[in-house]
Amino acid sequence: MSENVITLTTANFDETIRSATTPVLVDFWAEWCGPCKQIDPVIREIATEQAGALTVAKLNVDDHGDIAMRFKVMSIPTMIVFKNGEAVDTLVGARGKAALLRDLAPHLG
Amino acid sequence: MTTHPHRNVIIIGSGPAGLTAAIYVARASLSPLVIEGEPSSTSDQPGGQLMLTTEVENFPGFPEGVQGPELMQRMRDQAARFGAEFLTEKATKIDFSSHPHRVWVRDDEYTADVVIVSTGARSLMLGLENEARLIGHGVSTCATCDGFFFRGQEIVVVGGGDSAIEEASFLTKFASKVTIIHRRDKFRASKIMQERALANPKISVRWNAQVTRIVGEAKLSAIEVTDTVTGATDTMNIGGLFVAIGHRPNTDVFAGVLDMDDNGYLVTQPGSSRTNVPGVFACGDVQDHTYRQAITAAGSGCMAAIDAERWLEHHHGSANK
Repeated sequence: MSENVITLTTANFDETIRSATTPVLVDFWAEWCGPCKQIDPVIREIATEQAGALTVAKLNVDDHGDIAMRFKVMSIPTMIVFKNGEAVDTLVGARGKAALLRDLAPHLG
Repeated sequence: MTTHPHRNVIIIGSGPAGLTAAIYVARASLSPLVIEGEPSSTSDQPGGQLMLTTEVENFPGFPEGVQGPELMQRMRDQAARFGAEFLTEKATKIDFSSHPHRVWVRDDEYTADVVIVSTGARSLMLGLENEARLIGHGVSTCATCDGFFFRGQEIVVVGGGDSAIEEASFLTKFASKVTIIHRRDKFRASKIMQERALANPKISVRWNAQVTRIVGEAKLSAIEVTDTVTGATDTMNIGGLFVAIGHRPNTDVFAGVLDMDDNGYLVTQPGSSRTNVPGVFACGDVQDHTYRQAITAAGSGCMAAIDAERWLEHHHGSANK
């Protein structure tokens, strides 16, 4: 199911966000962040269930700090929803699947 | 509403106490259900408080140290190996007034002969205006999650216990300067951690001081600090505020049912994990504000599992074995 989750880098970030035909949920994470690990399976489940309605991607802030800085990420996990290349919503902090789906609902119309 | 098959044992909470109880109970072939909680960056969560830490240096068996989240993953894997089942949600309601005990997760009802409560404790916040709004924008309860973003900056840690001192030491990896603000004139933290922190040239301490205001629009820009002795106030312009002022037990759901002390910690009978309700046992930080270590939590989780097994044996003969 992991093939539903795109790994973002400095090289492919802008192109991926701009060319997506659905809203894109980007999960900013790092290896050393416990709550990031907790939500990883949640994010992957949502990617599978919402395939076609939502593009799910992950960005490692350790490797690509420039992108994290560009979007003023100061805490992880932070999840940013992009529509047509624009950041339209920012969700800071881990949460359960039901809560995350509730927060994403406005973008899944 | 969905009712699920009856269980021998339900464990609520999944820190070192709950997972150790799960290992023991599962290994005794009592197939526990662990209601492990919901992911969160600021409150209680699966794996417990260790999920927000880095290096654990004092857990026996790990001479090189182990990362908190890794230790918890290993405990969870160990419980799963013996057949513990996990539900990644929060228990929302309980009824221990009749047998079997009943636990709800939203509208789903679960029943069990024995319930082990290991819901732990969560971090206290300062309770100041703007604090909640600026979490993730300069205000943090998780140094390990957020320290990285404060490279080269001056930051403040509030608190005087082990977690505050540990966070301050950790944050010196990133910050240019860390000021610990503590409302008393000495720390509660263990001696070794205090010594290590005070010897760190990047750490300074403001004793007898309290954060009284948090200022910032899109992100934190300053705090007001009040001297607890003179009452004098001043402003510190900082971009990072880490709050580590103590903990509060996660016992709201048990109010009026399980006996608690004035601070909401569950009361267990001395030398056991028994609560005031037969067949309900408590372990870990939810019933311990004294030791609060991973190893003491694990130890009490083992006690709860053994108490639970004996209780089941006594009340059901060997039928559950």
